[in-house]
Amino acid sequence: MADIKEKISKLFPEATFAPDAAVTEITIPDEKWHDLAHTLRHDLGFDFLITIVGMDWKEQGLGCIYELSATATNACISVKVMATGDREKPFVHSVHDLWSIATIYEREVYDYFGIIFVNNPDMRRLFLNIDWKGYPLRKDYNDDPNINPVSIENERQTDFTDMWVERDGKIVKEERRIFQPEDFVVNIGPQHPATHGVLRFRTAVDGEIIQKIDIYLGYIHRGVEKICEGLTYPQTLHFMDRLDYFSAHNYHHGLCLTIEEAAGIQISRRAQVIRVLMDELSRIASHCLFIGTYCMDLGATTMLFYTLRVREQILDIMERTCGARMTFNYDCIGGVMQDLHPDFVKDVHALLDVLPRNIAEYNKIFTGNVIARDRMEGVGVLSREDAISWAVTGPNGRASGWACDVRKLHPYSIYGELDFEEVVRHEGDSMARFKVRMDEMVQSAKIIAQLIDNIPDGEYCVKVPKVLKLPAGHWFKMVEGCRGTFGIYLESDGTASPYRLKIAPPCLPAAAVVDHITRGQKIADLITIGGSMDYIVPDIDR
Amino acid sequence: MPYEAWKDNEYIEKLVKELQESGTNVIVGSLDKLINWGRSNSIWPLTFATSCCGIEFVSLGAARYDMARFGWEVARASPRQADFMMVAGTIVHRMVPVFRRLYDQLAEPKYVIACGSCAISGGPFKKSYHVAMGIEDIVPVDVFVPGCPPRPEAMIYGIMQLSRKIKVEKFFGGVNRQESQKEFLAAHPVEGVND
Repeated sequence: MADIKEKISKLFPEATFAPDAAVTEITIPDEKWHDLAHTLRHDLGFDFLITIVGMDWKEQGLGCIYELSATATNACISVKVMATGDREKPFVHSVHDLWSIATIYEREVYDYFGIIFVNNPDMRRLFLNIDWKGYPLRKDYNDDPNINPVSIENERQTDFTDMWVERDGKIVKEERRIFQPEDFVVNIGPQHPATHGVLRFRTAVDGEIIQKIDIYLGYIHRGVEKICEGLTYPQTLHFMDRLDYFSAHNYHHGLCLTIEEAAGIQISRRAQVIRVLMDELSRIASHCLFIGTYCMDLGATTMLFYTLRVREQILDIMERTCGARMTFNYDCIGGVMQDLHPDFVKDVHALLDVLPRNIAEYNKIFTGNVIARDRMEGVGVLSREDAISWAVTGPNGRASGWACDVRKLHPYSIYGELDFEEVVRHEGDSMARFKVRMDEMVQSAKIIAQLIDNIPDGEYCVKVPKVLKLPAGHWFKMVEGCRGTFGIYLESDGTASPYRLKIAPPCLPAAAVVDHITRGQKIADLITIGGSMDYIVPDIDR
Repeated sequence: MPYEAWKDNEYIEKLVKELQESGTNVIVGSLDKLINWGRSNSIWPLTFATSCCGIEFVSLGAARYDMARFGWEVARASPRQADFMMVAGTIVHRMVPVFRRLYDQLAEPKYVIACGSCAISGGPFKKSYHVAMGIEDIVPVDVFVPGCPPRPEAMIYGIMQLSRKIKVEKFFGGVNRQESQKEFLAAHPVEGVND
């Protein structure tokens, strides 16, 4: 890390480093940001842009924090860039040419904070209507419902987008077309049985061949990040259940870890084991549902009934301990909400007994099927480089040959001492994404089998202060959700509620990359490719 | 289910009383009964789900809860073929026009079940800037199913309530529910749509 610091300070004397931070933090003025980004990307190997956190520091102005990682060395770095210009029109230079996913991330920051990214070819709002007034994540946002009333009239649609470019030292707006006048555009969604939720694709087709997809989000955008700013830390937790509702335990785990690290709370070994057990159980349940719904997308409706059988068994186990089938709200700051049900161990053993047989059955029914193979093999190929550039993590990234499992790269909780393999395949097609999930269920079962008979005694929740105040500072933490890297950026100003809570979901890149991998494919394959990416729309939109 | 097991019989009884007050023709009344018997046992849902509640709706369709027992399993992807809409999940500003249009596209007679606390009142997202606080301002609602998300059993109870309501409707002549629906639509007009 020290040599990276040295190199950067040699090339960029303007850059300042945060003293004694765990992760290297660079602050750079906007004029030099693109040059620094180029160096980081091409010379120092920081090829994975985890997230862009928009920030509003009130009087100090608006800005962005870029969380980067190098896939070769696993080093992490964070770069802080302050926007230039006034609050009306703040500017930051775009890095969409270095990391493909930045196109979408920058649109999100623009939507939330009104920060304009110079040279980004598509500066539209991402989640909110075109005519939305104000930028909701700004601290001075006026949330009076009369300003932005609920309307039953259709929202204004446009084929144009804005691009801001530098010309003669001035930043000017240019209008650009999303679709050309001769394009034949088919609308898919938001009400469509196979988009897995309210996702909308505007698809330009030439005959049956897809030419371009414009992804249209925000049909389930609930503004969780903004609501969290007005709540205390324990109150923010339950929203994690409602993002990716299959990774409820994992997301809870992520936020709890972040808050515990910030508050300096040590949790008991028993709580750690319980959390990991629940994470892995929900991974199996999530992958089961993926297989069921994906096969249903391909026309094999029967598979859903086979896979939901296992899922219901897992939900029963969780229900007995957590008291709910879906929104568990189980992990809490300091441990878990309540102790395990007396039958937990017995029930999990029963599950582990039937699981291998079930997986063998799924393979027998579906995986070898000639129709399934024809529709999945070689379809929607995502290369390793593109997966990294588009930040497609989780099983999708691992199907493209990118070993991106946070449990292995940055082991949290007790994952460092567990024996399991990271499933990586190299084909990058729909079949690989399907098989990675199949194999991950086996690995999760392996983890559960290691722990289930060795749950240590002890308290399941340590005492935490009733009113939890975090010291001023900021933290970034990643965990492995069922669909990939789930990042939490937390900034505290010393009060009982977060100053900024940024959620970096794995499903947003997975949906954003659909445009890239479906170009040139048949429109009928759009559904199978989208299905194989396994995105959850409430997780994309938050 | 035995009569005593229902939690809100007064409401249905009031509905029956209102219907009976105007009196019924013997032939029309018998035909009504026959038609309502058929309709109440084959109500087809629209495949419509925005978030968590939708997954419980999937569970409802699978083998364990098996809504096919009641004749609800024919989930239609097109609103033209569906009888009722299970509003499973949060409805946000951007979704409202789409949702309203789907409702308008449902063929008469149509019903709406508000499923889950988000659809009822905004639920945990009460403080959000982008969530519609309850769907009652957008479409008329027949049955509310509370929960976050409601258990599949609760959903079964909710849809059974709906089929009870259908059973006491008047198919010929003035249907009370449809009268109120017309009033509702008159009070909430959409430009360019002629109800």
